[in-house]
Amino acid sequence: MSELAEIIKEKLRDGADAFLCLRDCEGTVIPALISAGDEIELDGVQVGSLRYPLEKILARLQERYPDKRFAVLARGCDERAMIELAKLEQLDLDRVVMVGVACSAGEAEACGCDRPYPGEIVLGERAEPAPSRGIIDEVESLTPSERLEWWKEQFSRCIKCYGCRNICPMCFCKECALEDPKLVEPGVIPPESPSFHVIRALDMAGRCIDCGLCEEACPAEIPLRSLYRKMREIMEESLGYRAGESVEEKNPLSFLGSEEDIEKLEQED
Amino acid sequence: MPDKENIYRLVPSTCVYCGTGCGVLLESMDGCLTGVLPQKDHPVSVGSLCIKGWSCHEFVHAPNRLTAPMIRRDGELVETDWETALEAVAEGIDRARGDGGPDAVGFFASARCTNEENYLLQKFARAVVATNNIDHCARL
Repeated sequence: MSELAEIIKEKLRDGADAFLCLRDCEGTVIPALISAGDEIELDGVQVGSLRYPLEKILARLQERYPDKRFAVLARGCDERAMIELAKLEQLDLDRVVMVGVACSAGEAEACGCDRPYPGEIVLGERAEPAPSRGIIDEVESLTPSERLEWWKEQFSRCIKCYGCRNICPMCFCKECALEDPKLVEPGVIPPESPSFHVIRALDMAGRCIDCGLCEEACPAEIPLRSLYRKMREIMEESLGYRAGESVEEKNPLSFLGSEEDIEKLEQED
Repeated sequence: MPDKENIYRLVPSTCVYCGTGCGVLLESMDGCLTGVLPQKDHPVSVGSLCIKGWSCHEFVHAPNRLTAPMIRRDGELVETDWETALEAVAEGIDRARGDGGPDAVGFFASARCTNEENYLLQKFARAVVATNNIDHCARL
């Protein structure tokens, strides 16, 4: 039995009601929820080399089964997403059992990830961070008007599939600005440029945990990850905040005023 | 918890909307079709979908979806059972084919059926009725 299968059995024995991982299903490795933990169910479970938004699935499972505890595989990006989702009250970390997975050096390099491991590693070995700015350096060497033209050229390929939003672990709103006919004209492809993509980039402020699933899902190969990475840089430079990195630190966009004032108010309550 | 198979399941399938054949993972929760994810290692679509693919589950539980066959009586569509509906279709095809030959009959398949059902319909058109008059609303 694989190491992961042993871990799943252990977590199910220790109180988790089900375990969300990846599993070989007729030759394709896809997310699967393991709850019985018998040999048939555990056959083919794995960490997988392709990433799916497990935390997005997990948030919905928690909503549907509020009294259940779920265990889940968590790479560095999954952990960041779960931490930020918890701050946004979309996930209850007390009911999550994370099983940390370290990405390989090759995976970290391919992803340009600056933290390719979770806080606690159970599977795999910690690889060195391989931070990349994607195409940001190239774009920043252009003048502002050239830069705008460059992005508009990229956005002109958009087929408005909404894949970037649909796959995004941090997108959970019941009503989406990108579906508001006042902001985005229905039935027009490509969508108005650059507003459609700027709306989404702004919504990623303080949320994007740099998993890059958006860019992987984009059929038009728009360098979305670099766009949101830039937003992440701006958040760090101007507000000193990196989404998903600390459970304690408040998201500066989730309150008005200074953090001290908020704490004072909370104490008065 | 309900039956373990029903809590959460992703089933690999092929998008029905056009001839491209993108890989989708149909998501079910509690036995209900609830969503779609792109299959990341699919040889055709490699983890991308268009908006139709991303929404290809929506019609299944749509409230205005027909759940029983309809037959037109005196200009009005009324609900009927499958036996009556199929009988009417068989009679109609037989009559048209008898009067005008196989090419007097045409078939129109649907993107809202499975690929297998569409395959069967074209097989029926070609091998049974003997016509190539078969089309599909998402032919590309």
